[in-house]
Amino acid sequence: MNFLGWLVDPAHWSGPGSIPQRLVEHLGYTALVMIIAIAIAVPLGAWIGHTGKGGFLVVGSANGLRALPTLGVLVLLVQWTGLGIIGPLVALVLLAIPPVLAGTYAGVRNVDAAVVDAARGMGMRGRGVLFGVELPNALPLIIGGVRSSVLQVISTATIAAYVGLDGLGRYIIDGLSTRDFPQMIAGSILVALLAVVADLALAGLQKLLVSPGLQTAGTGRRVRALATRPTDNAARAA
Amino acid sequence: MNWVSQNLGFIAGLLSDHIVFSLVPVVIGLVLAIPLGWLANRAGVGRTVVVNLAGLLYTIPSLALFVFLPVVLGTGILDPVNVIVALTVYSLALLVRTVADALEAVPPVLVDAATAMGYAPVRRFLAVELPVSVPVILAGVRVAAVSSISLVTVGSVIGFGGLGQMFTDGFQRDITAEVVAGIVLVVALALVVDGLLLLVGRLLTPWDRAARATRQGATA
Repeated sequence: MNFLGWLVDPAHWSGPGSIPQRLVEHLGYTALVMIIAIAIAVPLGAWIGHTGKGGFLVVGSANGLRALPTLGVLVLLVQWTGLGIIGPLVALVLLAIPPVLAGTYAGVRNVDAAVVDAARGMGMRGRGVLFGVELPNALPLIIGGVRSSVLQVISTATIAAYVGLDGLGRYIIDGLSTRDFPQMIAGSILVALLAVVADLALAGLQKLLVSPGLQTAGTGRRVRALATRPTDNAARAA
Repeated sequence: MNWVSQNLGFIAGLLSDHIVFSLVPVVIGLVLAIPLGWLANRAGVGRTVVVNLAGLLYTIPSLALFVFLPVVLGTGILDPVNVIVALTVYSLALLVRTVADALEAVPPVLVDAATAMGYAPVRRFLAVELPVSVPVILAGVRVAAVSSISLVTVGSVIGFGGLGQMFTDGFQRDITAEVVAGIVLVVALALVVDGLLLLVGRLLTPWDRAARATRQGATA
């Protein structure tokens, strides 16, 4: 159990390449990638869901992502762009978009037609309906998509250490090349912990942001079931 | 694409490795998921435990699980068994929920009718509840198989990845054709397996086809 020794060794908790530094790097990549992915996927998904045009593309991209080998995409983009941070980050953004896109699309699409009709009957128009009614009602599924996207990015960013990205994956890849197994195992524990904590934090955020009206016993359960099922599956592409 | 034609033997070997590495875990996962899903569906507390545990396991990134499993299993850190067990864990985590959901969705009327006809619980489960659940379970198996086929490639980082070795080899020797061919093969294999599973589902549920034909006949 010498990986525990590695984990508690003070030398690994300060200075270059220390655990806090690698953690900040990993979180930083994840945050940057998610901001870009959300900025692209939420407006696009909302537009497609609102107008109903091109829905099959969204469903196709989310399903196709499952079959796409992330390591292959990473290597290919690094070969195109050269070693550095750009290739891996572009790959991460590409892999982060489909779950958010699918969640937003499904969320907006599945808003109860009677609710939209009621909003129109109250005099709301296109923009008002989208921002005041459709998006808030779609929020559980949008956040569900973001959750599975974040897991995908944390997981793939770990693998991206193989093509030179920093972050917690470095411990696994560097440990492998020097046959330092305690370092590898400690790294894998840190990555797993990060993923679990991030997922729980986002679940908490979901509770906080989603309107209480959507969380009541009956409908809430249905919405949660929808929110976790298809997107969870998409998350397991890495 | 010269590289591909010159390395057909190498690719064929990786492909057969890949099929074994990716599909054996799905089969084991399904065999374990059926009794566990049944149990989860019967007992309320069991269901919460199973669903949450499955969700937790599903959250762990693949590379981390590949590296951490030896600590639990006592295997060598570079043992291919780790990859197979890790993928079995993912398949099981996904399928146990699917099986529980599928069994829950069996219409109670059907179960009551079978009971009234004298089916004992075990026979009723095997002859009525399980067959009726096939479409939902199969949808889960398709997701598990496609994910598994794509996930195997991550194993190549630690030395066992089937077709994923075309990514690591192509990266180290800077052969883009090898990487592209690898991606195409993995996606193609996933599509073929997905299509085959769809076919198996059709064969396993002839009543579904009959119902579809009647519906179409009615609308025509």
